[in-house]
Amino acid sequence: MRKSWTSHLSSISYGLFVYGLGALFLGFMVVPVLISLSMSFTSGQTLKFPPPGLSLRWYAALLDPVQSEIVQQAAWNTLQIAVFAVLASLVFAVPAAFGMARISARRANALEPLFLAPMVLPSLVYGLALLIAANLMHISPSIWLVVLANVVVFGPLMFRATSSIAQQLDPSLEDASSLLGASRWSTFRRVTLPLLAPGIYAGMFLVFIQSIENVSLPLFLAPAGTTILPLEMFAMLQDSLDPRIAAISGVLIAITVLVLVAVQRLTPFLRDQGRS
Amino acid sequence: MKNPAFPFLLPMLLLSLGGFVAPMGVLAFYSLSAGGNPGLFGNYAAFLEDPFNLWIIVDTVTLGFKVVVVATCLAVPIAMLYWHGGRRLRQTVVVLALLPMLASNIVRTFAWIVLLGRNGPLVAIADALGLIDGPRSFLLTEGGLVIALAQIELPLLLLPMIAVLSRMDRRLVEAAEMAGAGPWRIMFTIVLPLTLPGIIAGWILTFASAATNFVTQAAIGGARLIYLPQFLYRQVNILFDWPTASVVAFILIISTGSVILALAMLTRHPRLIGNA
Repeated sequence: MRKSWTSHLSSISYGLFVYGLGALFLGFMVVPVLISLSMSFTSGQTLKFPPPGLSLRWYAALLDPVQSEIVQQAAWNTLQIAVFAVLASLVFAVPAAFGMARISARRANALEPLFLAPMVLPSLVYGLALLIAANLMHISPSIWLVVLANVVVFGPLMFRATSSIAQQLDPSLEDASSLLGASRWSTFRRVTLPLLAPGIYAGMFLVFIQSIENVSLPLFLAPAGTTILPLEMFAMLQDSLDPRIAAISGVLIAITVLVLVAVQRLTPFLRDQGRS
Repeated sequence: MKNPAFPFLLPMLLLSLGGFVAPMGVLAFYSLSAGGNPGLFGNYAAFLEDPFNLWIIVDTVTLGFKVVVVATCLAVPIAMLYWHGGRRLRQTVVVLALLPMLASNIVRTFAWIVLLGRNGPLVAIADALGLIDGPRSFLLTEGGLVIALAQIELPLLLLPMIAVLSRMDRRLVEAAEMAGAGPWRIMFTIVLPLTLPGIIAGWILTFASAATNFVTQAAIGGARLIYLPQFLYRQVNILFDWPTASVVAFILIISTGSVILALAMLTRHPRLIGNA
């Protein structure tokens, strides 16, 4: 088939658009994070790019107890908050996801927006709401208030991840278990819970990561004088631009990847979750 | 409710009501009653009377729109690259789109502070091309903030588009090719219109996330560019003016929420999305 001159031109420009710009923008998506990672290996005193040389000095500085006492304390506090938030999310969200699959669709549709609403709201707004409500009850900002906020805002992630599996569970498995004489509790523990595990692991990953990253909630709810890693990083971003922030970023990315790999080892399910 | 599933739902229900609905109710009540302004909506009227405050609202919504526009320009070529790609290329695009999500918002913001700063590569490039005279910084500029936010939020737009494209029927495009349509025409009249549900879902996520992204706005915009989230933060942690802060919180929800609702209504438009 003979093609006209204009159709050649249009297919060339289209090819450039798709393969040229497409690849360029795909790179643009990834490069900033790679650059910030490369900055963590700088040997220089500042965050000049490209780095003058490579070294691990900023990672060493993070481990140095004299130089980085505050950062280490902040990391420890943040880890505790995240672990408690994950545990509490398990307690609240997993049974709810199971119960949701056992009620009528009409009721489930009415309840679900209520359970998912905290995820949709800007977390800064919820942080303020909890601050004011706690203050009215004469509760001052504390680590526990931050944990509560994390459970309310990120617990829905656990609920959603577990729910998507609970909806597909075959109720006859539980019927079989109870027919064989298992109590309702032991059926839940020995039949349902293992089946829900992939969703639970995915939910634990999401709640944990969000709890170590979120700035807005501890911003209002953390007590004065308690350092929390995201707040510490945010302060570094705003004024000093200490190269240690690059090293902290590197460590956080490594932790995220490690947890993700661990979760993926535990279950092949997460790969599909991430795409939805 | 005598439903046997009810005990499973109870903890999450109590958490939602006590930990989320009640504090939000307190916040709403507080925004109406606290502070010295007369009348039910006195606080809101006082806030909206100040043209400076009105501009902050306009700027926040405009920022969200600008980020959506830039992100769309970036996402379309990448999405088309995915559409034309074979299995390998498609997998690569998905992995690269998910990759930035391994880094938290603070880390991604940090990357942009390095990129946009006085010592950063963008300034060096712009200087070499003669676009700017002498070293300066792109931090604290709206252009810098929009580009950074567009990159940071890009996966939120790209992933829903990819989800739609991966299910799209290729025969529609083959039919158009046989009928003699050129590649541009196929993209604009067939592929992109069919992707619209994904695009709009992505717009909603991108807009909501960009307009309320306190960390990036504050760290890159600094004190010169003020948007609602940062304004809210200042009222709470610097001015200790909780009544105004609670008004700002609801204005943030209402102003971004109404845009989101408008976008969501687009997806129900029968002529627009009818044949998807």
